[in-house]
Amino acid sequence: MGEVRDSTMRLDAKIPSGPLAEKWSRHRNHIKLINPANKRKFDVIVVGSGLAGGSASATLSELGYKVKCFCFQDSPRRAHSIAAQGGINAAKNYQNDGDSVYRLFYDTIKGGDFRAREANVYRLAEVSVNIIDQCVAQGVPFAREYSGYLANRSFGGAQVSRTFYARGQTGQQLLLGAYQALAKQIEAGGVRMYPRAEMLDLVMIDGNAKGIVVRDLVTGEISSHAADAVVLATGGYGNVFFLSTNAKGCNVTAIWRAYKRGALLANPCYTQIHPTCIPVSGDHQSKLTLMSESLRNDGRVWVPRNKGDHRAPGEIPKEERDYFLERKYPAYGNLAPRDISSRAAKEVCDEGRGVGPGGRGVYLDFADAIERLGLNMIRERYGNLFEMYERITGEDAYKAPMRIYPASHYTMGGLWVDYNLMSNVPGLYVIGEANFSDHGANRLGASALMQGLADGYFILPYTIGDYFATGRPAKPSLDHPEFKKVEEEIARRTNKFLSIKGHRTVTEFHRELGKLMWDKCGMARNEAGLKEALERIPALRQEFWEDVNVLGDGNELNQSLEYSGRVADFMEFAELLVLDALTRDESCGAHFREDHQTPDGEAMRDDENFSYVAAWEYQGLDTRPILHKEPLVYEEVHLAQRSYK
Amino acid sequence: MNLTLRIWRQKNSNTPGQFVEYKADDISPDMSFLEMLDIVNEGLIKRGEEPIAFDHDCREGICGTCGMVINGVAHGPLGATTTCQLHMRHFGDGQSITIEPWRARPFPVIKDLVVDRSAFDRVIQAGGYISVRTGGTPDGNAFPIPKPDADLSMDAAACIGCGACVAACKNASAMLFVAAKASHLNILPQGKPEKDRRVLNMVRAMDEEGFGNCTVMGSCEAVCPKEISLDFISRMNRDYLKALWRRK
Repeated sequence: MGEVRDSTMRLDAKIPSGPLAEKWSRHRNHIKLINPANKRKFDVIVVGSGLAGGSASATLSELGYKVKCFCFQDSPRRAHSIAAQGGINAAKNYQNDGDSVYRLFYDTIKGGDFRAREANVYRLAEVSVNIIDQCVAQGVPFAREYSGYLANRSFGGAQVSRTFYARGQTGQQLLLGAYQALAKQIEAGGVRMYPRAEMLDLVMIDGNAKGIVVRDLVTGEISSHAADAVVLATGGYGNVFFLSTNAKGCNVTAIWRAYKRGALLANPCYTQIHPTCIPVSGDHQSKLTLMSESLRNDGRVWVPRNKGDHRAPGEIPKEERDYFLERKYPAYGNLAPRDISSRAAKEVCDEGRGVGPGGRGVYLDFADAIERLGLNMIRERYGNLFEMYERITGEDAYKAPMRIYPASHYTMGGLWVDYNLMSNVPGLYVIGEANFSDHGANRLGASALMQGLADGYFILPYTIGDYFATGRPAKPSLDHPEFKKVEEEIARRTNKFLSIKGHRTVTEFHRELGKLMWDKCGMARNEAGLKEALERIPALRQEFWEDVNVLGDGNELNQSLEYSGRVADFMEFAELLVLDALTRDESCGAHFREDHQTPDGEAMRDDENFSYVAAWEYQGLDTRPILHKEPLVYEEVHLAQRSYK
Repeated sequence: MNLTLRIWRQKNSNTPGQFVEYKADDISPDMSFLEMLDIVNEGLIKRGEEPIAFDHDCREGICGTCGMVINGVAHGPLGATTTCQLHMRHFGDGQSITIEPWRARPFPVIKDLVVDRSAFDRVIQAGGYISVRTGGTPDGNAFPIPKPDADLSMDAAACIGCGACVAACKNASAMLFVAAKASHLNILPQGKPEKDRRVLNMVRAMDEEGFGNCTVMGSCEAVCPKEISLDFISRMNRDYLKALWRRK
């Protein structure tokens, strides 16, 4: 691949004019509407049924659009949003502790290390309050005080208590709310649901997104679906690291296919590593389990002060412990943001002070909290998390501290979208984790649920109408030869997988890719490592296509075949992720370049040269993609070094 | 540890299945049950045999995708756990383990250990929701909900829809699932306006799907990974009778 070619094309984010606080309401007042009777003339495809896809499908259908929703799971209720534990942020200020829309906006911008788009983030904070109202009306059983009013907890990166929660299962309950809204619309005939169906490609006609090609995972049948607009709500790509807290099925395929059809992919190097996961127990490990960050409200993080101290945690006296988060970040302590806490844990483990097997772990200790609040209170707050910990490790965290270690958890990068959540491809919308827009270089805890539901319930349903009203796109038709052509490409690819009959399993390749990515492009990155990864990934990809072994047929339920397609796409995507990490020659948020740090080891941004969104345009697999830069213009906030000290 | 597995293999819903014996050697007690099956599958692929199909996704006990009958017990011997959260330390070296799919007529086998649970989705579509549209809802704190009610609703809402209750029931009854789903909403003030409709429609849909009747033996509660209480079945029966009465 040659030099990076910067484009001169200006990306138009279509940010409305006017003061920040008024942009969204002005925009809503000015975008074009579709007459209720005409809405049913428009077909919308939604891929994914998590918080973003489920809420969007339900809401678009309520408005009158004809919706088809696809998910690879056996039921839309199982999308990975379900696994979110801790909570959802909203600027309700029910606690009277000084919260406001502005403060939530500012915390999110700062948490994202000043690499997010101001207008999008402000809107997110603005609609956060509607989300809570909506969910309560749907019957989401949020935690409540004895008064009967809603309870809150605090979360990393914030000094106010604005997180709403339903025990440790907030994602589950919010998803069930969206799923139930979706079920209502399926029953009413407004949504046609396709479970166990995987989108394998996007179909473009005359430069517009006009449909998708899908594989029925039970029968293997390949079918085409045409629509006036396609919405991707397909989540993140954290499984590029193989081991992550993502569900096993999470994959990059939908957004990668869209990228290969011309959609720009933005900031792929912004991958979040979550500090509180259960450490790896051995080579058999298939995934990592997150322990909600809310645990850091009451748990204290520490390691032995001295290297090689192998005593049981209870035998190490307080003065020989290093509560390193409290020591380094006294203002935020154990609630320092995720990227900062993760790197601090890595640092003490690199110094040889890590605990547990392999020395890759730190303690999360509840002894003080139990003494202060009593066992019952801790059980009430975190009971299910303690149980989960015991199930996995066989250890009782009420008696001995938990061991935790960072793991890949969330990906801030994704397809580039404008203020309307439309990609650069007309008719292709991207919502939730699949887009890049709101979290900058690092996402704050309890903000993923907020963004998914904001996009699906309150933003996309408005903005999509404007496209139909102003664009007057031509009606899609399945007769167009492009559909047949894409179907044939997919059939050829399926046959290719099944005919290689090599020596290695898909899992082996995925594991190898994941390890390479974690080592060279994980929590800390440097130029030499990234360059090495850029050489090794294409070689591994070639080996994959020559030596992978996928058994069975294409016309049946075939989990190896499904998996091979996803890993094949990760093999291509990984290269772009690394290229982006190499090109972003600064540290910011979760993207930590060892070559750019302050003397005390904090991320050192380079606002002069890198205050932009990196949006990549595909040029073929063997050609370097074109980098488009969307400059980040801050009208409201002043860029500052992020400090949590 | 070394294990002998008897696993149900079935090509598709039209072909009869059978048990096939496999060896699982060098299994670490720290592995999850599904990780143990991963290892078996890797071995099968290496030998050119088709891997065992089983459903799974989050592998942290919340998505409700995984589920198999292990030595006759849905989700295995541990109790209050999903298959993905069951770890091999609960088995002994040299043990034989029989692994089957959920067996219930409304859950036809798709392949090996994978079954079709879409009947559950259709029960929810019949009324397992509050008919609120997006937007125009009152402030979240407009109506206080007593904490005990919110907590009880949450106890019911914790259901992950895995289907173990049906698999464990000799009648393949879905009462625990339907009761949990109906109670979650019926307990809350927001769910009151549609309470009668909800319970009547969900029970009708449940019957139409072919789930059996409940004889309150409690096998469902015993295997439920989220420990959903049988009390919710009593509650639904009460709600159902009241709804029938009011309809007359």
